[in-house]
Amino acid sequence: MEFFHRATSFPFMSTRKLWYGLSAVLILISIVSLFTRGLNLGVDFTGGVTVQASFPAAANRDAVSSALVRAGYADPQVTIFGTSRDIAIRLPPTKESTEAVRAKLEQILRGMDAGAEIRQVEVIGPQVGGELQRSAVQALLATLLLIFGYIAVRFHTWRLSFGAILAVLHDPILVLGTFSLTRTSFDLTVVAAMLAVIGYSLNDTVVVFDRIRERFHGSRRLEPVVVLDQSINQTLSRTIMTKVVTLIVVVALYVLGGPVLRGFSEALIIGILAGTYSSIYISSAVALDCGLKAEHLLPSSVKRPVDSMP
Amino acid sequence: MLEFPRWKYVLVALVMLVAALFALPNVFGEDPALQVERKSRAPMDDAARLTIEDLLRKQQIVLKRDYLDSGRLIVAFNDFAAQLRARDTVDATLSDVYRSALSNATRAPAWMRTLGLKAMPLGLDLRGGLYLLYQVDVNGAVSQLLESYEQSFRRALNEAKLPFADITTLNSGAAGQSDGLRVTLPAGSDNAAVIAALKKVDNSLIFRGTGTASGPAVDMLLTPVQIKAREDYALEQNRTTLMNRVNELGVSEPIVQRQGLDRINVQLPGVQNSAEVKDLLGKVATLEFRLVDTQNNPVQAAQGGRAPLGSKLYKRKDGSPILLKRDVVVTGDELTQATSTTSQEGPAVSIKLDARGAESMQRTTRLNVGKPLAVVYIEKSRKQVEVDGQKVERETTTETVINVATIRGVFGPQFEVTGLTIAEARDLSLLLRSGSLAAPVDVVEERAIGPSLGQENIDKGVRALELGMLAVFVFMALYYHAFGLVADVVLLANVILLTALLSMLRASLSLPGIAGIILTVGIAVDANVLIYERIREELRNGVSPQAAIRAGFDKAFSAIADSNVTALIAGLALWVIGTGAIRGFAIVLTLGIATSMFTSLLGSRALISLMYGGRRKVARLSIG
Repeated sequence: MEFFHRATSFPFMSTRKLWYGLSAVLILISIVSLFTRGLNLGVDFTGGVTVQASFPAAANRDAVSSALVRAGYADPQVTIFGTSRDIAIRLPPTKESTEAVRAKLEQILRGMDAGAEIRQVEVIGPQVGGELQRSAVQALLATLLLIFGYIAVRFHTWRLSFGAILAVLHDPILVLGTFSLTRTSFDLTVVAAMLAVIGYSLNDTVVVFDRIRERFHGSRRLEPVVVLDQSINQTLSRTIMTKVVTLIVVVALYVLGGPVLRGFSEALIIGILAGTYSSIYISSAVALDCGLKAEHLLPSSVKRPVDSMP
Repeated sequence: MLEFPRWKYVLVALVMLVAALFALPNVFGEDPALQVERKSRAPMDDAARLTIEDLLRKQQIVLKRDYLDSGRLIVAFNDFAAQLRARDTVDATLSDVYRSALSNATRAPAWMRTLGLKAMPLGLDLRGGLYLLYQVDVNGAVSQLLESYEQSFRRALNEAKLPFADITTLNSGAAGQSDGLRVTLPAGSDNAAVIAALKKVDNSLIFRGTGTASGPAVDMLLTPVQIKAREDYALEQNRTTLMNRVNELGVSEPIVQRQGLDRINVQLPGVQNSAEVKDLLGKVATLEFRLVDTQNNPVQAAQGGRAPLGSKLYKRKDGSPILLKRDVVVTGDELTQATSTTSQEGPAVSIKLDARGAESMQRTTRLNVGKPLAVVYIEKSRKQVEVDGQKVERETTTETVINVATIRGVFGPQFEVTGLTIAEARDLSLLLRSGSLAAPVDVVEERAIGPSLGQENIDKGVRALELGMLAVFVFMALYYHAFGLVADVVLLANVILLTALLSMLRASLSLPGIAGIILTVGIAVDANVLIYERIREELRNGVSPQAAIRAGFDKAFSAIADSNVTALIAGLALWVIGTGAIRGFAIVLTLGIATSMFTSLLGSRALISLMYGGRRKVARLSIG
């Protein structure tokens, strides 16, 4: 079995202006959404109380919600979590002790159904939440910086580096945008997934760039546009194959891994799709429009310190 | 001919053999179990084992098997109900000698246990339990240090017969943090003599003579290094104390570790009752011995709300005021042993002092025969207070004089203290035994995960892993034929290797960790795909099969290395910055990259060389 029986020759580069436009629109929507709607930050980041409980039969979300309001909890967020019998209740940071909250909720839920069971209680202090927010941002920035550093060392011309950096920024922004638009809870595991996405995104770009360099070595007369198209086509099989396999496992995680890992796998799915696209239409195309030519990649002007030794 | 050196075959085979051995215990699963140990810390023996077995049999509790493991008895059961009944039985009848804790027993055969081969420990999200994150008040620790210096300074100046007006704390640096002491002196004092006397207390301290409105003064400011050292000490001391207290609770496989600059996280698998645990872990109770100030009237002082110079106002248990000397004879830090006993006067705590405490006690009692000595019981409890409009839990200290006795003779290093209730005596002896907390602690994060949720999380994670891998296996075999099967073997080898490494490192496996293993499968596949696509390409260009294999591995290497480096960067950033489950994910991801490099570059090549290397000429490759 093969996706492509013969070497493909899709003219990727000729349609790049169209894809630039699409990316620009998506990025714009993401950024606007991030600034206007923000992220639905999980309790990891805001501090507060989350309680997971399960009922013997399907849970009634609204009934739980109104019972909580009656008990004096302002603005409780109740979500169906996993199966229809499981709920997650989220309360803002409270002055009550954990035991008091647990006892009170147990009483409320048992009042609705005697078989209700509290399965998990999480209490995160507001200062811890603030710190986790900071360290998540630090982790993202540190990763981006390291990746940029790696790009600067790895590619010999700023044209490729610039393309790679844009692609690396492109993917996490789309992930953030999607989480902002869908109001999916954004917690620490999603940050972990985003870091993995950044790594993955560059991975594809590197493989394509590697091939571009090799192609320029082989035939320096060819037009850059031709070389880029050929390189992308030659690595296309691998790109699709790897992505399909990774998507298989991540989708398995999404479907079977339970609610705890849902945000994590969702971020990975979006990131992997975006990364595949950006390695073609962002990193390579931008490098081309920055005037990438064979001589930028050939070692003709490389100094040889070994030869200068007597 | 495809050349693959023999030593590389041997290396691959050896590594995989060892890995399989280490990964094996994970296959067997676990039974609910009870862990029983002697309260005296003496190791359990066969006699103790028989006692427990008999007891459980009499209650008709079915034992699956039991064994001794590093001085503890592990009893495995068929179900959770039997486990709970057994715990209740042991606690009800043998709790004075034995301490029991809910635990898990591996189903792996005994020889694996004796070899020290163990399954990966499961994180709290997979087995249920209590997670507590303590914030250590390191500023408080510095204040405590200053307090003890203040006392030493008073003593030193008194001994040197140098008069001084008062000693106060200084706040020179960050808001709210005291970092120095000021000794105010009467007019015309000799700063140099005072500094010389104070230097005797601690030569590393830095003193500076200055002047204030009320006269000359000597300032002592702690250096940032000294402050850091104190904070570090406080954190480590608190960790040790929390660890000791957790051990007193009898929890199986607890984790107590420092996190960052001022946090300690405590993980207690199987524990559900957080109120009781938090109460005992965070409690600070200690004793102090002080001489009674007989010169002044305590009632007068209480009415004025001010104690005379050199004295401190206390309350007795009945609420009546009493004045005690500011100088502490023996502090809680100087108590080395405490056991609750019963004396003729009711419940008591038998106390043993360390050398410094004993010397101080001896000197004081010798010089003060006939005078009253007070025992102060200090308990720090949590109360809600308002800080900047927000209610937060804070530690409040209550100090009560529990006992005043007339010194009849010189005290040795060991004596008894009475005046406590039975519960107070028991708590006090436990808390004193486990050491005192060097700084106040607050719970800032708490997660209680029910055991059923843990089991569900395991089932979900494992099912996602199994089905995801199965789908990948089928897909690879369809797409790359024989080469796909090689990739499948290599992927499996990768998971085995990763499991072995995690088991060796005893890194606990959490749900994000399982996700990391699943992602690693993706990374490992990528390496194989890069190689195989390259081989196909070479074949398409008309290269001979064996040359294509060689070229495929060689040319794909730089792309594989590159793509792994980028994933490694993300993994390391997570490892450094993340905590808890995120760090677990990072560890798995980082190790997974390393193992996938090994399996796909060496393992995969070994297998393919084995398939095609022996023959002189290969007509075609089964690569789809």
